[in-house]
Amino acid sequence: MAAGAVLPLAGVPLAIKDNMCVIGTRTTCASKILGDWVAPYTATAVERLLRAGALPLGKTNLDEFAMGSSCENSALATTHNPWDPTRVPGGSSGGSAAAVAAGEAVIALGSDTGGSIREPAAFCGVVGFKPTYGRVSRYGLIAFASSLDQIGPLSKSVEDAALVYDLMAGKDPCDATTVDRPVEATLGGFPKDLAGLRVGIVRDFALDRLEPDVRAVYEAAYGDLQRLGADLVEVALPTADYGVATYYLIAPAECSSNLARFDGMRYGLRAEGADVLETYERTRAAGFGNEVKRRILIGTHALSSGYYDAYYVRAQKARTLIAADFARAFEACDVIACPAAASPAFEFNAKSDPLAMYLMDYYTIPMSLAGVPSLSVPCGYVTPQGSDKPLPLGLELTAPLFAERLLIGVARAYESGTQHAAHRVPPVLEASAR
Amino acid sequence: MTTVVSSPVQHLEVNGIPFEAVIGIECHVELKTETKMFCGCRNLFGAQPNTNVCPVCLGLPGALPVPNRIAIELLVKAGLAFGAEIPAFSKFDRKNYFYPDMPKNYQISQYDMPLSVGGSVSFWLPDGTKKSVNLTRIHLEEDTGKSIHSGSSDGRIAGSTSSLVDFNRAGVPLMECVSEPDIRSAAEAVAYLEALKRTFVALGVSDVKMEEGSLRCDANVSIRPAGWAALGTKSEIKNMNSFRSVLRAIESELARQADVLSRGGRIVQETRGWDESSGVTIPQRSKEQAHDYRYFPDPDLVPIEFSKDDVRRLRDAAGTLPQARLERLIEVDKLTVAAAHQIVDTAGLADFYEAAARMSGSPQATANFLLGDLARLANDSGVAVAASGATPEALAELVALTASNAINSKTAKDLLVRIWTSGGSPSHIVEAEGLAQVSDLTAIDRLVDEVIAANAQTCADFRAGKNKVMGFLVGQVMKASRGKANPALAEERLRARIEAGSPA
Repeated sequence: MAAGAVLPLAGVPLAIKDNMCVIGTRTTCASKILGDWVAPYTATAVERLLRAGALPLGKTNLDEFAMGSSCENSALATTHNPWDPTRVPGGSSGGSAAAVAAGEAVIALGSDTGGSIREPAAFCGVVGFKPTYGRVSRYGLIAFASSLDQIGPLSKSVEDAALVYDLMAGKDPCDATTVDRPVEATLGGFPKDLAGLRVGIVRDFALDRLEPDVRAVYEAAYGDLQRLGADLVEVALPTADYGVATYYLIAPAECSSNLARFDGMRYGLRAEGADVLETYERTRAAGFGNEVKRRILIGTHALSSGYYDAYYVRAQKARTLIAADFARAFEACDVIACPAAASPAFEFNAKSDPLAMYLMDYYTIPMSLAGVPSLSVPCGYVTPQGSDKPLPLGLELTAPLFAERLLIGVARAYESGTQHAAHRVPPVLEASAR
Repeated sequence: MTTVVSSPVQHLEVNGIPFEAVIGIECHVELKTETKMFCGCRNLFGAQPNTNVCPVCLGLPGALPVPNRIAIELLVKAGLAFGAEIPAFSKFDRKNYFYPDMPKNYQISQYDMPLSVGGSVSFWLPDGTKKSVNLTRIHLEEDTGKSIHSGSSDGRIAGSTSSLVDFNRAGVPLMECVSEPDIRSAAEAVAYLEALKRTFVALGVSDVKMEEGSLRCDANVSIRPAGWAALGTKSEIKNMNSFRSVLRAIESELARQADVLSRGGRIVQETRGWDESSGVTIPQRSKEQAHDYRYFPDPDLVPIEFSKDDVRRLRDAAGTLPQARLERLIEVDKLTVAAAHQIVDTAGLADFYEAAARMSGSPQATANFLLGDLARLANDSGVAVAASGATPEALAELVALTASNAINSKTAKDLLVRIWTSGGSPSHIVEAEGLAQVSDLTAIDRLVDEVIAANAQTCADFRAGKNKVMGFLVGQVMKASRGKANPALAEERLRARIEAGSPA
């Protein structure tokens, strides 16, 4: 750092999800397949923060290749939820969420493909922000599903998230999918309340399927929005119910191709076989975990000749319909509010059925498919029966494409107008501090 | 460009029934760009292995492709040269298969929305026949790295003990040009490839060097009873490394297929490799073993858009193309196919020819000088015609002077040598130095009479039937005129006056 230079993130400790490249450091994706691979370059988003003065604190745990919603799919480490160590931190950016919640890092970077920033942020009681697809460069982010992956900040406050977003966003000549359109700064000029704002409540996301205590928190959150001046309007997202099914064709299809490069030929793990084919097979059998294998198989099947039209093409059509639903909903409202997850953080091994795990992203996947900006902000706590540890819940706020400034402003007004701000310290840390 | 000498037309026959060949060609052409297709690495042949590489072309985790606009425009120029349609909207797809020289284990290519659709390639066979082959499409993709296998006797993977990969070629822009099955003989296939090469070189799209691998081609070959509309089962021939091997491989494969059918066998759909040394194609892979490439749109890239203005700009920038020139030279100027090819294939010669031919009004005579005396001077001096002192204007004057008999051919040759080195206008030189051919009868007759008088015995020999002495006598007249006499007129007057018996 140059003496006398005033840098916006000077000295701010930054945790980086371990699917982003930082030159000279080991980058694992929490997979065995990358072995001791050391990145020879730095991801654009990380580079922009380092140039702004951030101090790279370390790499954080994730579900292998960002595939999961609990961090349990990490092949390398276990991450516990700082609010209750018997519970998962969420995923896949669970390490980043836990690091911020535990006060280890002031800010952290995560990546969100179907909810991988928002769900762990909700589980760990921090702010997690997924910008519009194409706003933040993916160069140097090891791809899971390229048309959905988006880097975003996790932080203690909406203001911190805004600061980080403003520094990262914008066209990158190294990523053809970044949008060449001026970035509206989100930091500063925050609205004091929500007067005149139309908040869409999604009819199709009826709260009656939630546990009563969880439901009460969300009903209170909607009430807070109203109290702060917003008009609640009912909007419809009729195709959102197909989100999870659509996502689990598109994302695996892309990942089956994206992960083909991990073959033991050039870098990473190599399990030698008698010939090239056997070396591929042994390497990939030993290097990938079950969830990654499952998705590669699903994706390979969905793209296969004879199945492509029935699966991949139909999923893309469904994606178009879901995006159209959002566009229509935003004619009637300015932002949409809904739960970030159907429950607070669950215990380890509670979701052994992959489909039950996939449904954890029910409220976050449609936004990813539509590409719209979406964030989770703490909105209350529930204490499970038999436990003395409160668990945070997150309110998911979603805005139209590129309306990050609006979204951040609304989240900030909600955050400052309510009691459950992210500044609360998890009881586990209070206990250990005593 | 050296033209492959085609063998006599191959006759195909199965049990007495005439058959015809049905051939389609797929060729891969490396584009001549400064940088690779999706990254900033240099596109350079022959560098030290793995020196022109970066995270993108090595397919390292997290790296992303960014398309090279120049490569896209070169391909569009190539398409426009053949009258192809350039769709307003095109996209890149991933072709998925595992191979160690392919860093991502997928190749970025184009599947159902290529940059260039349709078009046709016209060319002329040596006998003057014009032939058109329709193009299906031209699409853009990235080249793979290059595997080097060692330890086996023939450099192939089978039997090798180790394999190395050079990724310098990985990510080089590659254009795939697919023809309809409109080709009817091996010779036509080569003429088609030569036509492609001629156009790509003229456009600056590619070097088109088969020996450096910047042109690689596969042929889809089948046969059917002559005149039938239905297609026979095809085989795909790979591993042809020169135009000559294309010719030999296709002829060999056509003969093999005719032989299989003659014996009552069936052709199976398969990929066959051309074996240069044994001169036959060898089965490599059957249809059942064909890959399922699982094409899907590359989510790392956005669709490519071309407005009508973009297309117009590229079309205008192309200038006159070989196909249009050949059309004029062969069909309008009536030059031979060989002469037209020689003019069009020599850098800078076609513009020179067309300017000179237009000014002189005598295309044939212009071509004769260009491909005769001027080509020889160029060859001897190592200087291109267009870079010499000769200008199209000077050549046109020379053609006109010769055509009007103002100078004789010897003077013309001398003048060509002079203007080659020092430039200048032939008509000015002729006028200034009195080099004009003497066609005045009185003057000629005076010289003829002198020669007859001085060579009485020779004249007697001629009268006695020794016709060949006439050359000597004409030479004497030319000598007496210091080269300026019209030789045809001199001969005519010599004959007349010798046969008349005596000097007047």
